[in-house]
Formats: sequence, C-alpha cells, structure tokens
Amino acid sequence: MTTEAEVRHVPMWRMRLGLAAKGLRSNWAMFAENPIGLLGLGVIIFFGLFALAHPILMNTVWEPRLYDPVSGFDLEIASHPSPPSATHLLGTDPLGRDVLSQLMYSTRFEFVLGIGAAAVTMLIATTIGALAAYFGGITDTLIMRLVDLVIMIPLLPILIVLGALMDVGMVQLAIIIGLLTGFGGTAIVVKSQALTVKVRPYIEAARIAGGGSFHIIFRHMMPNLLPIALLYMMFTVNAAIAIEAILSFFGLTTIEMSWGLMINTTQFFGYLLRFDTWWLLFPASIAISFLCAAFYFVGRALDEVVNPRLRGR
Amino acid sequence: MWGYLARRLLQMLMTLLLFQVLTYLLIDAQPGDIADLLTLNPDIPPSEVQRMRMDLGLDKPPVQRMVAYIANFWQGDMGVSFLEYPTPVSDIILERLPRTIVLFVTANVIAFWAGFVAGKILAWRRGGIVEYGSTIGGVAMYTIFLPWFALMMIWLFAVTLDWFPPGKFISPLKWLSPDIPSTNDIFMRIIWTSLIALGFMFVGFWVSNRAPRKWRLPLRVASIVLSIAGVIAYWALSGYGHLAWDILSHLFLPVFTLTLYAFAGTMLLMRTTMLETLREDYILTARAKGVPDKQVRDKHAARNALLPVWTGLVFAITASIAGGIITETIFSWPGIGRALLTHSLAEDIPVAMGILTILGIMTLVAHMIVDVGYAFLDPRIRYT
Repeated sequence: MTTEAEVRHVPMWRMRLGLAAKGLRSNWAMFAENPIGLLGLGVIIFFGLFALAHPILMNTVWEPRLYDPVSGFDLEIASHPSPPSATHLLGTDPLGRDVLSQLMYSTRFEFVLGIGAAAVTMLIATTIGALAAYFGGITDTLIMRLVDLVIMIPLLPILIVLGALMDVGMVQLAIIIGLLTGFGGTAIVVKSQALTVKVRPYIEAARIAGGGSFHIIFRHMMPNLLPIALLYMMFTVNAAIAIEAILSFFGLTTIEMSWGLMINTTQFFGYLLRFDTWWLLFPASIAISFLCAAFYFVGRALDEVVNPRLRGR
Repeated sequence: MWGYLARRLLQMLMTLLLFQVLTYLLIDAQPGDIADLLTLNPDIPPSEVQRMRMDLGLDKPPVQRMVAYIANFWQGDMGVSFLEYPTPVSDIILERLPRTIVLFVTANVIAFWAGFVAGKILAWRRGGIVEYGSTIGGVAMYTIFLPWFALMMIWLFAVTLDWFPPGKFISPLKWLSPDIPSTNDIFMRIIWTSLIALGFMFVGFWVSNRAPRKWRLPLRVASIVLSIAGVIAYWALSGYGHLAWDILSHLFLPVFTLTLYAFAGTMLLMRTTMLETLREDYILTARAKGVPDKQVRDKHAARNALLPVWTGLVFAITASIAGGIITETIFSWPGIGRALLTHSLAEDIPVAMGILTILGIMTLVAHMIVDVGYAFLDPRIRYT
C-alpha cells in the first residue's frame, strides 16, 4: 500500500506511464484470452519480421545483381519463369526476378500503406467525431450529413477512375483511402463513443476548472476515443491492403513493387491461369489473404476488449 | 409511410446532386484529358488537338463544365462517349446495366438468405466441428483476395472440370445465324421469364400459407413445378432455348463467385448476433415453457437477430458493388463495372461519370430499401 504522501512525490509523467502500463496489462490479459486474436497477431509479427529480413538478406547472403526485387536477373538460368530451386526458393518471375525477394520487399510497403491509411483515418475520425459530439447542433448536422454522403460513395469505382487519370503512388493511395474511410463509417462509430465520453464527470470537471473547448476536446476527449479508433484502424488497414492489391492488379498504380503488382506481372505475361507456374500467382495472393485475415482477427479480438457487450463473461 | 418515402426521395435527389458535384470536380481536377492521347500521334498537328479540345468543351473552366454536365444530366442527357465517339453514354449504360443488375441483385439476395439461414444454424449448434469449420471458412472467404478467388473458381469449374465457360457473355459461334434476336433481347426475355416464374412461385407460397395444413405441401410443390415447367415450355416453344442456356451458363460462375463473397459477411454477422440473442432471458423463458426447439430458433431468436444483420446489409451492399466490378473484370462479363475500368483507362470522362452516377443511384436505392425494410422487420419502428 502506498500512502498519499508517497504518491505526491512521484512525478506526474511516471504516474501516467504507470497507469498506462496497468491499463495495457489488463487489456492484454483480456486480448490474450482469445486464441484467434493471438493467431492474427502472430501472423502480423511474422510478416513484420519477413519485411525486416529483406534488407538484412540483401546485404549479407543475397547478391543484389541477382536478387534485386525490381531489377535483378539470373543469367545462369536458361529460361524464365523458372520453378523453385535451391538458389531461388520460390522460383523466378517472367522477367527473371526472384519471387521470394519481391514478396519480402513488398511486405514493408503493405505495412506502410496500411498503417499510413489507418493513421489518417484515426486522426480524421477522432477529430470530427469529437467535434460533432462536443458542439452538437449545426456542427453535428453538417459533419454527419457529410459522413452520410461519403459512406454512399463507392470507394473502389472512384479509385479506379482516379487511378486511371492520375499517378497514384503509395502515399496518395494511403491519404485517399484514409480520407474516405475516416470521413465514412468510422466517424459515426467514434462519434457515438464521443457522446458517452462527453457526459463523463471529468469533462465537467475540466470545464469548471476553466478548460477551453479545444483543450477539452484534444486533451480529454480524444485520448478516450483512441481505443475504439484503434479497433477501426485494424479494419482500415485491411481495406487499404486489399484495395492497393486490386488497383495494382488492374495496373492503375505507379508503385514499383507490391503484391498486387506481382499478380499483375503474372497476368501481363499470360501465366495467370496456368497452374504449372503456380509460384507466380500463389505466393502474393496467399500473402494478401493471410495478412488481411490476420488484421481482421486482431480487429475482432480487440472488439471484445473494447466492447464490453461482446465479452464472454 | 408515403410521406416518409417522399421526403426520403427528396433527400436522395439532393445527395445524388452533391455526389455528382463532388465526383465531377474530383475527376476533373486530375491532369490530362482525352486530347492528350492524341499528342502521342505525330501526324496530328497541335492546332487540331486544340480544336478537338474546344469541340469537346474541354477548354472551359471546370465549374462551368460541371454545371453544364449536371444540368444536362437532369434533363436526361448523359453526353457522348469520347472513346466510342458518336455513341451516347446512355446507350452504353442501358446496354450494360441489366447485366450488372442481374449479377448484383441475384448474388445479394441469395447471399443474404443463405447467410441468414447458415448463421442461424451455426449459432444454434455452437461448439460442433461444423460450426468451427464454417466459421474459419467464413472468415477466409470474408478476407480473401477476391481476384485470386475468382481465378480459382475459373480454374476449378471452367478449366479443370469444364462445366462452365471461363468468361465473357456469350459463345459467339452459337450466335452466327442471321435470323436470331440480339443478345440483349434474349437476355431481357430471360429476366422477364424468371421474374414471372418467381412471382408465380411467390403467389403459390402465399396461398399455401393460408390454406389448410394438408394442402400446404402439394400447393408448394405444384407452384414450384408449374413455374419451372412454364419457363422451360416457353423457351422450348420459342426456339431460342439454346441461346438462353448459352447466356445462363456464362452467368453462373460470376454470380456464384460474387454470392460466396457476399455470403461470408452475412453469415458471420448472423452467427454473432444470434449467439448474443440466444443469451437473452426470453429465449430461456420460451424453452422453459416448452416451446419446440425449431420454433425457439426460428421465431424467437432468429427474428430478433435479423435486425442488426439487416443493418449490416447496408455495408455489405457497398462492398458487393466493389466486388461486382472485380468479378465482372475477371470474368470479362460486359457489365458497367468492366465498362468503368476500360473507359476510365481511356480518360473517357463522360462514360466514367455516368457509370459512377449509376453506381451511386444503385447504392442509394439499396439503402432506401434497407431502411424501409426495417419497418416491416421491427414493428416498433414507424416512419411517419
């Protein structure tokens, strides 16, 4: 037991850190009860290590001339694509590039894209959700009607048209997907959470203590909206990875290497429906499906942590 | 109810207008236009490229063009395609829209119904190996990379088993004879015959539900058999049965793929909500007072679990519009989704705008149907 005198000596930041660690520990205990969530987390960590291993391998074992994911070529093999062998564990693509190296190199972009899009979504959704809930009235109406409109916009068709007209790279794609999902369904969920946060006693206390509207929104409301926003981040990551793969598969992005582009290359050289060259189509497709499923699993497990109604007990 | 519908319709029109403004400006803000494609051809002098821009009105400021486009649209003029120059956009869309709507509506209706039934049964038999396997399969289907899944379907059903053709709308060799109607004519006849048969079946079931108990089964069987026999008789007598079958065999794989994709989400959601509903007190009460299990499941639990699933349908529909575009592209199904891809790649803005607007209208109408459906599902909700 710590007495009050002792507590007073602890600096503020350490107390906050301690509280955060405690919250994290109890949430982790709840998360760890769910084997499916752990499985998803495991797959995500595996892909993270997969991405990290690429630069290390390129600098140590793999000769850049042979294994470069974009410009590598193996002269010792007579015809490309070549089946998996000891030098190329997943074979080579029609341009003589190592498939495993491409797969590993692309992984980092999938993470950057997914997390970038999710960060934009989270920033926008928590801001407009908190603003709508806090001010209410005309602000609320305007924001919510805008959200209704954005929900209606079919995302993929718009991106197809945009991708055909402009050069869509990773950054643009992350921002567009983040914007459209942030102003869409996520904002509604966050706003409904913000409405319950708004009437908590500490908001009242902050207002009585003389906190301004923006101080209250950014310092007191938004931190309490983060858990639910984090949950929806997972689903945004999912959507972003899938959309990037689909757009790259249609050949609408300017990304130099990604899983979707690997399938696009397969299609371009006419190996799409030939299952004797399975190593061209399967690795990238399965990687996309697995990573999406992993984020979905983690999202579902987080849902049970954040959403008390779904808990087993 | 009618007042609500009228207000809802007005709101929809305003949303559509805003949607058009936003998408037009968004598309127009992109660099390049159709005339840029001509500069690749060295034989065309720059003055001609400039003249073409002026003819197409591309030299005017974007806002002026947007106002002109929207004003024309609401007068029923969707403009002219740049890619297939003198063809009006409405012709392209009218030719392709029935194909997309058939794909979209069939897949969604079957997926929703099957997802509802499957989710209900899975939740009821919780803990079995069937439930475990189906849940894993459902999540796999829900997060799968759809183009790859479509390719797998082609490989399995078209290449390996050779049951269905791998893509496209028709097999041209069967349509060579000069005295047969156009593909769209046959396709519309397929739609009408199946709608009439479905209507007949529906009436049969409606009557059978009100008939004495011993008449129910014969009435249902009769309505199904008679309507199917009617359709077969119509096509046999018309002499174009083999053509209709040709289109249907091409239709099957895309519909099946999109249905499986849309089915997984509904099934998972239904399973979760049904599990929650089964924990309610009124389920315990119903079982305690001796209501048969089947009735508890279908009347007490499933009926209440349906509401959140019906809400989820709004998002499922948006997802399946995107899924429809992918399915159409992979299967070379000439619907509006595939037209969107080809015409956008050629910077054919009028067609792209027209198709985006049609997709927007489809989403809006689907949302309205979902909202009105609430009133029938939940007697507490009244639209005034």
